[in-house]
Amino acid sequence: MKMLRVAGLAAAVLLIVSAARAETTLRIGLAEDPDVLDPTLARTYVGRIVFAALCDKLFDIDENVNIVPQLALSHETSADGKTVTIKLRPGVKFHDGEPMDAEAVKASLERHMTMQGSFRKPELAAVDKVEVVDASTVRLLLKNPFSPLIAQLADRAGMILSPKAAKEAGDKFGLKPVCAGPFKFVERVQQDRIVVEKFPQYWDAANVHIDRVVFRPIVESTVRLANLKSGSLDLIERALATDLKEIRADPKLKVAAQIEIGYQGLTLNLANGEAGKNGPFGKDPRVRQALEAAIDRKALSDVVFNGEVLPGNQWVSPKSPFFQEKFPVPGRDVAKAKKLLAEAGVPTPIAVDFMVPNNPESRQVAEVIQAMAKEAGFDMKIRVTEFATSLKEMEQGRFQAFFVGWSGRVDPDGNSYIFHKCNAPQNNGNYCDKQVDQWLDDARKVTKTEERKAIYGKIAEKYLKEGSIIYLYHRLVIIAHSAKLEGYQQMPDGLIRLTGVKLKP
Amino acid sequence: MLAFIGKRLLQLVPTLFFVSVIIFGLQQLLPGDPALAMAGEEQDPEVLEQIRRQYRLDQPFHIQYVYWIGGVLTGDLGESLRLKEPVLTLILQKFPVTLQLALMAIVISLAIGVTAGVISAVKKNTAVDYAVNLIALWGISTPNFWLGIMLIFLFAVHLGWLPASGYVGPFEDFWLSLQTTILPAFVLGNSFAAVLMRHTRSAMLQAMGSDYVRTARAKGLAERTVVLKHAMRNALTPVVTLGALELGTLLSGAVLTEQVFSIPGFGKLIVDSVFNRDYLVVQGVTLVTATTYILLNLFADICYVLINPRLRS
Repeated sequence: MKMLRVAGLAAAVLLIVSAARAETTLRIGLAEDPDVLDPTLARTYVGRIVFAALCDKLFDIDENVNIVPQLALSHETSADGKTVTIKLRPGVKFHDGEPMDAEAVKASLERHMTMQGSFRKPELAAVDKVEVVDASTVRLLLKNPFSPLIAQLADRAGMILSPKAAKEAGDKFGLKPVCAGPFKFVERVQQDRIVVEKFPQYWDAANVHIDRVVFRPIVESTVRLANLKSGSLDLIERALATDLKEIRADPKLKVAAQIEIGYQGLTLNLANGEAGKNGPFGKDPRVRQALEAAIDRKALSDVVFNGEVLPGNQWVSPKSPFFQEKFPVPGRDVAKAKKLLAEAGVPTPIAVDFMVPNNPESRQVAEVIQAMAKEAGFDMKIRVTEFATSLKEMEQGRFQAFFVGWSGRVDPDGNSYIFHKCNAPQNNGNYCDKQVDQWLDDARKVTKTEERKAIYGKIAEKYLKEGSIIYLYHRLVIIAHSAKLEGYQQMPDGLIRLTGVKLKP
Repeated sequence: MLAFIGKRLLQLVPTLFFVSVIIFGLQQLLPGDPALAMAGEEQDPEVLEQIRRQYRLDQPFHIQYVYWIGGVLTGDLGESLRLKEPVLTLILQKFPVTLQLALMAIVISLAIGVTAGVISAVKKNTAVDYAVNLIALWGISTPNFWLGIMLIFLFAVHLGWLPASGYVGPFEDFWLSLQTTILPAFVLGNSFAAVLMRHTRSAMLQAMGSDYVRTARAKGLAERTVVLKHAMRNALTPVVTLGALELGTLLSGAVLTEQVFSIPGFGKLIVDSVFNRDYLVVQGVTLVTATTYILLNLFADICYVLINPRLRS
């Protein structure tokens, strides 16, 4: 009997010890293999998902896309809008034990602004100088007022790297990134896995309940979902809208979804290259309006996505505080489309070279648009093009319509300025209007939401009639995860934030 | 013999030179721009210009080639545009994965293909022969990616016996490594097994009808010995050649299968690199696989000469 009791006690102790030691590993399925893990040089959306675990930013966003502090505590913009003072969270450490202070922030921002091949340079172009006020305060001196700055600092441009590691590694920093996020880098096997582990000295460590995270790129969406269903993964990003019904029906799975901050739309070529100049859309804005009137966004959403996207007509979604309610999403009106074409005096059918990226979803959207537009008098000739090729074709103007989206930025400026301004880098349809340019610059100078919204209202009034993008819909950012995962909350930017998340055994 | 090998090795030099030119030239024909593909959404003209300068993408074709081949000759295959990692490191990381998968696939296909071929030849024109032929036809005509996804659903989702995808190295965890590679190896081996079966069957039929088999039977040998010892040995020569060539092909990466099962081998590396226009990686991997293929062929030729003295003259 005594022996039995001792054995029982020993077993109980063993259980407790093993439970205390049981590591929780969260396995995440990514839709692509991330590029280099250096916040200065990185440029993919999927890379930002990994950064959310590794590298904290000065600011972050909440579920309503409001900016909240992360490594910063607060910020203040001077009356003339040209000085931004940022107070930093005290006592924060990098993964290598170095202090995250004003000097580190200055070094990181300067690296983003000056390093060769830095993709952050254009995002921080308004910053002239970074000054250290004291150990926990930095001052950013701007060349001109730039209200989207704080939103930029809530993304990769605001990621702070350990200056020591950055200096030692140079442009190889991405092979072993050292930041101040909740998890520190362990290893990466290209195209196979990225492993990170809990950083015990993280400033919010009490809210991190996962010990290890393994990111695995699995391109095929069916296989990604199969891995989740079989229990080989605990969470997958970018589940397909068409798989939602199946995921919701599975009691072992849960869905976290949000409307994206980006959009999907048709870029029309107004004046880029020969195809634009000789094409139908640059000659008369009524042709563009006719095409828009021919499209039924609601039907498009129902047919291709089982109604799981949000129809939209602006560069921000109807959920955004910057959405212009006076321009609601229009319905379909074929008679109006035909009338507009007749007024414009363009003989039908109007042949359109319609470039479409080569993936099943885009092809289906294109076919639905093709069928709808045909009724109004458009002959949309679909040209399915591999994505990297289509980028070049777009830049050189070898298209008349292109079905392409934008992953979106926190500030409306990020969805507007580089697309709407004359000769801007993403203005591939070559829309150009000096008045709109002025308004775009004005919107950068004011900080109050109402004031900015009023200016964007003026842009919308003009651009939605004659601009080079017809906005169609906003996708759902769909994360599917195991029901064992508790406390997961999805933000509209699609990134996976793991603080506060628990994984039940 | 040594002279023969020496001559063949010398022939390698011009062959590899042409291969390198072709690889480099074909790359340039790809539409799209590496800098643009790399930048993706971040298309700032100034940054794009900097990338083009940094990676000499703004230089004419022949200058880029000279830089590249100069590096290759000194053992430097360049650096991945997308990952900032040396191409050689990537290749060394992927090669063991591809090698393991290729060897497993070959073993599976030999086991299935040769056995089925021999059985079907021995049981010629019986129900067994027809059944084996039917299975072989199914094997040849089933697309790899479809079979892969079906197997994942069966063995990972429904039965829960095997992991759905991914890869673990044999030195990390041998059993787990077998579990992660058995399905992709079967998918790869399956289609080739069917080809092997057809070849084995016809070679066996030919052998079984030859004089020496009749003599063996006349000597009163057991049928089993006649089939396995006399007929099969001779019939296997073309099958082994076929196997060696297939191994070469498998070593260049199994694009679709690796994609479906998320196996980080050459196939996945090449696909990702082509889509991202990561030229140096594509060039590096293609050069290495082409060299391996040529060397395997050379090895097969040497083996023939060793086996068959008549070829030495």
